[in-house]
Amino acid sequence: METFLGLDYPTLWYLVVGLLFSGYAILEGFDYGAGAWHLFFKKDLSRRIAINAIGPIWDANQVWLIIGGGALFAGFPIMYATMLSAMYIPFMLFLMLLVLRSSAIKFRSAEEMPWWRKTWDIIYFVSNTAIAFLLGVVLGNVLQGFEIDSNFSYKGGIFFSFLSPYAIMVGFTTLSIFMTQGAIFLLLKTEGRLHSRLTFLLKKGMIFFIISFSVTSLYTLIFIPGVTDNFKETPMFFILPVLAFLAVANVPRLVSKKKYSYALIFSSLTMAFLLMLVAFQLYPTLLPSTIDPKYSVTIYNAASSQKSLGIMLTIVVIGTPLLAGYFIFLYKTFYGKVKLDDTSY
Amino acid sequence: MDVEILARIQFAFTIAFHYIYPPLSIGIGLIMVIMEGLYLKTGNKDYEILTRFWLKIFAITFGIGVATGIIMEFEFGTNWAVYSKYVGDIFGSALAAEGLFAFGLESTFLGILVFGWNRVSPKVHFISTIGVFFGSMFSAVWIVVANSWQQTPAGYHIVGEGLSARAEVTDFWAMVLNPSSVDRIIHTWQGAFLAGAFMVLSVHAYYLRKGRYTEISKKAFKIALVVATMVSFTQLLSGHSSADGVAVNQPAKLAAMEGHYEKSSPADLYLLGWVDNGNQKVTGLGIPGGLSFLVHQDFKAPITGLNAFPEEDRPGQVNAVFQFYHIMISIGMFLIALTFYACFLWWRGTLFNKKWLMWLFSFSVILPQIANQAGWFAAEMGRQPWIVYGHLRTSEGFSQEVSANQIIFSLVLFMVVYSLLLVLFLYSLNKKIKHGPYDEAKNALEII
Ligand code: HDD
Ligand code: HEM
Ligand code: HEM
Repeated sequence: METFLGLDYPTLWYLVVGLLFSGYAILEGFDYGAGAWHLFFKKDLSRRIAINAIGPIWDANQVWLIIGGGALFAGFPIMYATMLSAMYIPFMLFLMLLVLRSSAIKFRSAEEMPWWRKTWDIIYFVSNTAIAFLLGVVLGNVLQGFEIDSNFSYKGGIFFSFLSPYAIMVGFTTLSIFMTQGAIFLLLKTEGRLHSRLTFLLKKGMIFFIISFSVTSLYTLIFIPGVTDNFKETPMFFILPVLAFLAVANVPRLVSKKKYSYALIFSSLTMAFLLMLVAFQLYPTLLPSTIDPKYSVTIYNAASSQKSLGIMLTIVVIGTPLLAGYFIFLYKTFYGKVKLDDTSY
Repeated sequence: MDVEILARIQFAFTIAFHYIYPPLSIGIGLIMVIMEGLYLKTGNKDYEILTRFWLKIFAITFGIGVATGIIMEFEFGTNWAVYSKYVGDIFGSALAAEGLFAFGLESTFLGILVFGWNRVSPKVHFISTIGVFFGSMFSAVWIVVANSWQQTPAGYHIVGEGLSARAEVTDFWAMVLNPSSVDRIIHTWQGAFLAGAFMVLSVHAYYLRKGRYTEISKKAFKIALVVATMVSFTQLLSGHSSADGVAVNQPAKLAAMEGHYEKSSPADLYLLGWVDNGNQKVTGLGIPGGLSFLVHQDFKAPITGLNAFPEEDRPGQVNAVFQFYHIMISIGMFLIALTFYACFLWWRGTLFNKKWLMWLFSFSVILPQIANQAGWFAAEMGRQPWIVYGHLRTSEGFSQEVSANQIIFSLVLFMVVYSLLLVLFLYSLNKKIKHGPYDEAKNALEII
């Protein structure tokens, strides 16, 4: 098998996909999180500011989902196909909610009527909350494993089986960390009354996060078999949960010092460490089979050909600096507090 | 209904809906680049007003294009799992490249385009417009390459057997430049330019008819007319070249397009007609031997007909393929006539005096849309029963673990949400148009 920097191509591509989904979780995390607070703001103007805080960037952030999905399809077509067809219902709901969410952003402020705005506010709130939750649910399902038989055929339930207690717990954890991210992001973007309200809300969000995170972690350790195997082999990686914890513990301090950019970086780091934890825990499996481990989807049996992976790694090496450049330019252009003008939503 | 049919209906419905918007974005993008370029070059405020106005309409179409596009990306996995595994190796790189090169460019610069007027210099803004336009052109490239590969596979070999068979890339550039991709990229781009140009023509024809914004509307109309005239003519050439390719690579499709059954005989070219698939008969008006002439420059040359293929290897809906194909061509011909006539009047100096012509232009916005949809329907239904031409059948490509009820559930959801989207789109489009590029009551220079 061909290697680069000592890693084989499927592993490299695993890292690429992991990075893309982490980018998605971190960037859209604060978008969705901001939206999950939407109904906690009472005034129409506050809601408008909150939407415009993500106005110029959410579309770009969403690109991480698109590229991540493309990368999964490209590198691990079997994983892409097995996961999506097995999780048909949650993914369809997720996609539909994405459509509703983007409509809400675009159309909410297009009319003055209170009923119009209220309806979109509710749609916006519900879709953001549910998207964050569903992403966690899918992650929970992946961690738990699917009923996969030989030839990667899915044998599990089709309508509601994705809502297992564990998946629901991971769903809440994801929602809570997104909400924490979202509140910090909005602090960075707002001033005055809305700002002080957010300082208050952020505290609630952090409590929500700490509770759901602890419960989920405990549950994982006790009830999910085999999660700690990789850690027993390489104990060094126990540093990840510790780092995640330290990073999140740093957030309140930074917020009280009004260093919101740093707070956002640290809460993003928490998310990054947690995702690394998940990635490490799974590796080299992508989708464990609950029927028999030998049927699991792994990065080796799901991968595209060496040739294809090689081509795509080249594409990534060329494309990533370009994309990074665009993002830096975009974020620089819109740095600072929200100012509503004639181009705003 | 069985899973295969439902999955096909769902795919056709969602992609056809998606395909309303990207052509508009690509086409309006081109016109915006021209308008803003003229503004920077001449400093004429009118062009700035026009750019800003079209930017607003662009933003709506783009938004809906993005929302519906994400669904397409995941639908391969949800509904066409076997197919996704089969083509992943090939398709994946196209899709990944599309995300990184095209969507990345589009979506980041879009933010600057729409919200950045007061934050970046006019030059940087212009560069962003170009960035978004190129991004949207690229999106079309990769996805059409992927689709062209399944029409005319190249640069691959098959590994594995049965359910685990799949295609692997052996030659990347042969895969990208497969026999139909270049023709089809150009043809789809042009279809998109026409969609955008006719949108601009339509709106400004409406203003001219109403006597509103007359000065700037004349400017915009002329820009779009130049584009529309050039493209509608060259569309005929790229379409012809596509048809030549189809004759070589997908003879069964070509035969279905013209309803040609006999195994090997000269084939006619119909202007319109009706295919009776049961009796293998076409009733209609056509040029005898016309298709033979177009393909071989000889009215007597034989063309392979549908009967040369076993029953199970031919498209099932011959009449539908025939009709969609002929709708596209008739519209193409009509657009050529319309734009050339308008140019002739322009040269005579009477272009804007003819009210009926402005009426016609107002309504003609729908024509390229119909032609675009019809072209795809003809190409895709003509490809049946293959999902990967000659290798994998559509009946083998869908997700085995998905049940009919699940698809009905999602299909109903799509229909509800998409109807809502369409209403919102038309409503806000109408509102933007009624409102106009600026408030006439106030000073023209004060832009809203
Ligand atoms: C890269 C892939 C790709 C691209 C760019 C397109 N399609 Fe497609 N299309 C498929 C990949 C595909 C497919 C997944 O391969 C389907 C599903 C079932 C089938 O046979 O092919 C399909 C089926 C399919 C059908 C159903 C045909 C039938 O079942 O008889 C229609 C009407 C369309 N498509 C229409 C379109 C339109 C309007 C497109 C323009 C945007 C388009 N397709 C682009
Ligand atoms: C099944 C096939 C298709 C898939 C999977 C797909 C996927 C997508 C995705 C994920 C997006 C959102 C990208 C973003 O956020 O910027 C999108 C938007 C877009 N797509 Fe598609 N697409 C398909 C067909 C097409 C075709 C055939 C074309 C053009 C010929 C096209 C052109 C575009 C363009 C220009 C956009 C930007 C939004 C817009 O302009 O409306 N797509 N598509
Ligand atoms: C004027 C004469 C035209 C001819 C001879 C022509 C020819 C063709 C042919 C042969 C195909 C099938 C290609 C394939 O299956 O590989 C096709 C597809 C298509 N046509 Fe046309 N066309 C014409 C006009 C138009 C117009 C005016 C539009 C839109 C405004 C249009 C839009 C499309 C689209 C979107 C497709 C599907 C994509 C593709 O397969 O390239 N065509 N056309």
